[in-house]
Amino acid sequence: MPMEQGDHIVRSYDEQLRRLRDMVARMGGLAERQVNDATVALVRRDASLATEVIGRDAAIDQLEREIETFCIRILATRQPMAMDLRFIIAAMKVSHNLERIGDYARNAAKRSIVIAQQPAIGSLNGFSRMALLVQENLKLAIDALVNDDAEAAQRVWAADEPVDDVYNGIFREMLTFMMEDPRNITAATHLLFIAKNLERIGDHATNIAETVHYAVRGDSLPDDRPKADASAYAVVRPRE
Amino acid sequence: MSSTTETKQSAEAGFGGMQARSGAQINATSRISVRNLDFYYGTNKALKGINLELPDRQVTGMIGPSGCGKSTLLRVLNRMYSLYPGQRAEGEVLMDGRNMIDPSVDLNELRSKVGMVFQKPTPFPMTIYDNIAFGIKLHEKLPKSELDDRIEWALSRAAIWGEVKDRLQSSAMGLSGGQQQRLCIARSIAVRPEVMLFDEPTSALDPISTLKIEELIDELKRDFTICIVTHNMQQAARCADQVAFFYLGELVEVAPAARMFTAPREKRTQEYITGRFG
Repeated sequence: MPMEQGDHIVRSYDEQLRRLRDMVARMGGLAERQVNDATVALVRRDASLATEVIGRDAAIDQLEREIETFCIRILATRQPMAMDLRFIIAAMKVSHNLERIGDYARNAAKRSIVIAQQPAIGSLNGFSRMALLVQENLKLAIDALVNDDAEAAQRVWAADEPVDDVYNGIFREMLTFMMEDPRNITAATHLLFIAKNLERIGDHATNIAETVHYAVRGDSLPDDRPKADASAYAVVRPRE
Repeated sequence: MSSTTETKQSAEAGFGGMQARSGAQINATSRISVRNLDFYYGTNKALKGINLELPDRQVTGMIGPSGCGKSTLLRVLNRMYSLYPGQRAEGEVLMDGRNMIDPSVDLNELRSKVGMVFQKPTPFPMTIYDNIAFGIKLHEKLPKSELDDRIEWALSRAAIWGEVKDRLQSSAMGLSGGQQQRLCIARSIAVRPEVMLFDEPTSALDPISTLKIEELIDELKRDFTICIVTHNMQQAARCADQVAFFYLGELVEVAPAARMFTAPREKRTQEYITGRFG
C-alpha cells in the first residue's frame, strides 16, 4: 500500500512537488487533447483542425523541457529520498512519454491532411474506437500519477490488449483495401501509420502506468504485460 | 513495531522493469550479532530489544533522529558505557560466539578487537609517531623495527602516510582537522581490530576531508567490519551496505542501503529520510 505521508518540514519543498505534479497533469491533459483532436480531424476529414493539432505540439515539447529543468533543480537542491525521489524520477519519465505521445498525435494529424485529399476508404470507426481506448488509458494513467494510485495504474497497465485487438483488425482491413484497389494504397498506407501511432500511444500510456506503479509502491510490475499485437505476423493471401 | 532483519537481499526492483541492483549483496556472515539488547541510562531505557547483524567486512550505517539510540548502540558495541555508573546493558553482543558485554570478557581485549573513531578528532598531545605507537604499546610489545613497520602500515591504510611521513616527530596537534581524523583512524587500526566503529566521523570536517574519510571507509571495509553512525543521509547512502534506522530506542528497519533510500518499507523510515518528521 502507498504510505500516507505528512508534509515536509521544509514547506517550500512540498510546494515544489505540488507544482511538479500540476505540471505533469497539465502536460497529460494537453497530450490527451492532442490524441482526441488528431483522431477527430482524421474521421471528419478536417484539415484545419489537423493543422491546429500540429501547431499545438510545441507547447507539449516546451512543457517537457520545463519539467525536466525543474526536476533537475529539485534533485540538485533537495537530495530527495524514497517516495519523493521516485516521484521526481517518475515525473521526468512520464513527461518524456507524454512528449512522444504528442509527437505521435502530431504525426497522425499530418497524415490526416493527406488522407483528407484522397478518396475515402471504408469506415474509420476502428480509429475512433482505438483513439477512445487509448485516451481513456492515458487519462487513467495520468490520474493515477496525480492521485498516487498504484491499483489504478496496474489496471491501466493490464488494459492495453483491446487496443492491440483493434489495431490488428485495422491492419488486416488496410491490407485488404490495398489489394482490392491500388488507388487505395496512399490513403491506406497513411492510415496504417496512424493506427500504428495510436498503438504506440497506447504503449506509452502503459509505460506511464508502470512508472506510476513504481513511484507509488517502490516495486515493479512483472516484465510480461498482457499483449495482443499480432500484426508483425499478419499475412493476407492474394485471391485466386 | 517489530524490527525487520534482512541479511540477504535479492535484486532491487527499479523503473520500467529494469533491475536497479544494489551493487553490493549483503554478506550473510555476521561479524557481530546483537541479540535482544536493552540498554539503560539509570532508569531510562534507551535501547529496546535490539536485534541486528553486522555483516562481515561490510559497512552498516546507523541513522535516526537525535536521541534515537544509535550512538548508544555504538557505545555498547565496545562497552564504552562501562566507564559510567548507572549505565547498563542487557542482552547479547556476540562476537565469535562470546557475549562481549559480559564483564568476564577483558575490556582491553574487547577494545583491541573493536576500535572506535569519534566525531571530533582526538589526537593526543604528542608526536604523530607516538600517537600511533601509544595504542600499539598498550596491547603488544614490538621490537622497534616492527613497531615502525606497523606505524607505517597503519598510517598508509588510513591514507595519511604520504602527508606525514616526513614529519613523524612533529606534534599531531599541528595537523589539519581532516588529517587529525585520519590520524585517529590510523591509531585505531594500528592495533589491528576486527571491527571499526565510527561515530559521526566527518561532522566536524570540511567537504573535501569528508570525502577522503568516505573513500577511506570504502577502502577499509576490505579488512574490517565497519559500523558508522551518521546524521548525513547521503553519507549513509554512499558509504553503507546496509542501513539501520532507529527511532525512540527501537530498531525500526534494517535494509540494504539501495532499498532503504529508494523504497523503505516502514512509514517512520520513509518520513524520516524524506524530511517529513514532524
